[in-house]
Amino acid sequence: MNYKLIANIAKSLLFARLKQTMVAAIGVTFSITMFITLLSFMSGLNDLLDGLILNRAPHVRLFNEIKPSANQPVNFSSEFKNHYNFIHSIKTSNSREQIYNSGTILQAVKNDNRVLGIAPKITSQVFFNDGANDITGLINGIDVLAESELFFFTDYIVSGKAIDIKNVSNSIILGKGLAENLLANVGDVIQITTSKGEIFPLKVVGFFQSGLQEFDKMQSFASIGTTQKIAGKAKNHITEIQIKLKNIEQAPAIAKEFAQLFQTDAEDIQTASSQFETGSKVRTIISYAVGITLLVVAGFGIYNILNMMIYEKMDSIAILKATGFSGRDVNLIFLVIALSIGFFGGLGGLFFGYLLSSVIDQIPFNTAALPTITTYPINYNPAFYFIGSFFSLITTYLAGLFPARKASKIDPVVIIRGK
Amino acid sequence: MEEIIIEAKNISKSFHDPVTISVLKDINFSITKGEFVSIIGKSGCGKSTLLYILSTMDTDYEGELLIGKESMKNKKEADLARIRNEKIGFVFQFHYLLNEFSVLKNVMLPGLKLNKFSEQEVEHKAMERLKTLNIQHLQAKMANQLSGGEKQRVAIARALINDPHIIMGDEPTGNLDKKNSEIVFDIFKQLSEEFNQTLLIVTHDQSFSEKTNRIIEMEDGKIIRQ
Repeated sequence: MNYKLIANIAKSLLFARLKQTMVAAIGVTFSITMFITLLSFMSGLNDLLDGLILNRAPHVRLFNEIKPSANQPVNFSSEFKNHYNFIHSIKTSNSREQIYNSGTILQAVKNDNRVLGIAPKITSQVFFNDGANDITGLINGIDVLAESELFFFTDYIVSGKAIDIKNVSNSIILGKGLAENLLANVGDVIQITTSKGEIFPLKVVGFFQSGLQEFDKMQSFASIGTTQKIAGKAKNHITEIQIKLKNIEQAPAIAKEFAQLFQTDAEDIQTASSQFETGSKVRTIISYAVGITLLVVAGFGIYNILNMMIYEKMDSIAILKATGFSGRDVNLIFLVIALSIGFFGGLGGLFFGYLLSSVIDQIPFNTAALPTITTYPINYNPAFYFIGSFFSLITTYLAGLFPARKASKIDPVVIIRGK
Repeated sequence: MEEIIIEAKNISKSFHDPVTISVLKDINFSITKGEFVSIIGKSGCGKSTLLYILSTMDTDYEGELLIGKESMKNKKEADLARIRNEKIGFVFQFHYLLNEFSVLKNVMLPGLKLNKFSEQEVEHKAMERLKTLNIQHLQAKMANQLSGGEKQRVAIARALINDPHIIMGDEPTGNLDKKNSEIVFDIFKQLSEEFNQTLLIVTHDQSFSEKTNRIIEMEDGKIIRQ
């Protein structure tokens, strides 16, 4: 088989109808361009939205939920074992929000080699005093170094310095919305009332903006020590342990394991933010569907053009066959034509797709909700480029398959005698 | 004993659609090397049909066809294509050059397909054929820039590229004026006399056939004189 000759003939046929060839190739280029751009943009956006939640969310969260015991005393009684027991208005008793034995647990989790890092946390409800009004809010006591390293805390600080809550005693970082309500600036001293009724002055050292407005109107951050002081608790009072794992996929299993081991409640990220994953998945499916539809349309374009070309080149096909080219050769010639349209069109598509996504990447995108973002997000994942080129070849191959078969079946006698 | 190039044994063919019509009935003849044969007959007598069976392009027939003692029955399409490429040269009524290629490339194509010689050798051979036919000045032109007579001469050069056992022509002068017809005939004559080339030409041009070595006359699907 003389492949060089086949390629040569295919090339001549392609160049003989340059305009048609270009139209077909541009169809492929356009669809691949849009495919790449759409997927890069969509997945950039997905990553951004996921990042909003997932970057800051711990993979496994250990905490103690205040809830009534599932096993009420009546259930232990042998006397009423065969009865249906209805108990109304159960109240919780003797349960503390604090994690028991927090020091030991922290040590044990830290030594687990599946764990990337941990950040203890304590939350306390307070009132922010704003003249005659009190604004309800939450103070999160955090280990600012661990929090910055694991959950990108510093990314969300819009003014001031995160480390100051550790370095300045009795200091606080306010949510942007909360600060606006309190008319507080960095350096001001604000007053809070604890749930126990004590009044406590705190120095504002920075503002925090997460992108979720409701969140920013409620939250503030202080060091663990400061928060323990506000809440009037001891040094070992920790209400939450946030764990970041090396492999996020292990979260559900590890959450279950830790819950049993440490006798606490544990929540994994997959359960906590399942709605985000669903959203991302649906958006990805839609982008793929649109991209592939574009390609299929381009495929039909190629099919039409090849079909037309075969009718036009009937004589040439007949003469090729009469002078010794077999049906297989003719089939190959037209497949090569289809595949080269797909290959070069697809190559152009990859190039323009990259170009267009870089252009989108430069468009300013400033929103108060997303302080760290200045331009539209683009994900330059090489996988999209692989999928794009793979699909461009597959669709053009399929589009060329039937016309090429038809060409190979042409009976030269009918054409030559039919004149 | 002279070398037999092509032999037809009891070849018959009928069309079945819509009713069975017999177009060829029990054709028997053979052509030996160096013969210049013409097949004549009225329109519809089956002479072109016979030629396409002999050319291996039409495989729907009964009887046996031997090319160089090799039976063409039960051969695969790809094998028949190779035999056409190697052993048979074609000249048609309507020239049939590939318009996408230059004259030289048109002549070279069957040679390249044969893949026996390098591209340089095929090109050299193609130039020789063009020189023999006195059209070497046309080599760089595109096929669609030629006149009818020129195209037919290029087609003959292409038929010659692989040194075929036989050249078959289906009314090769049918679409040409008198002057060009004469040029084409003279080329055939020259090939026959100088190169001992075997030729089989279907024609209804009386003056053409009279000048050939041997005439096979057909009527109603039968050979009536040979």
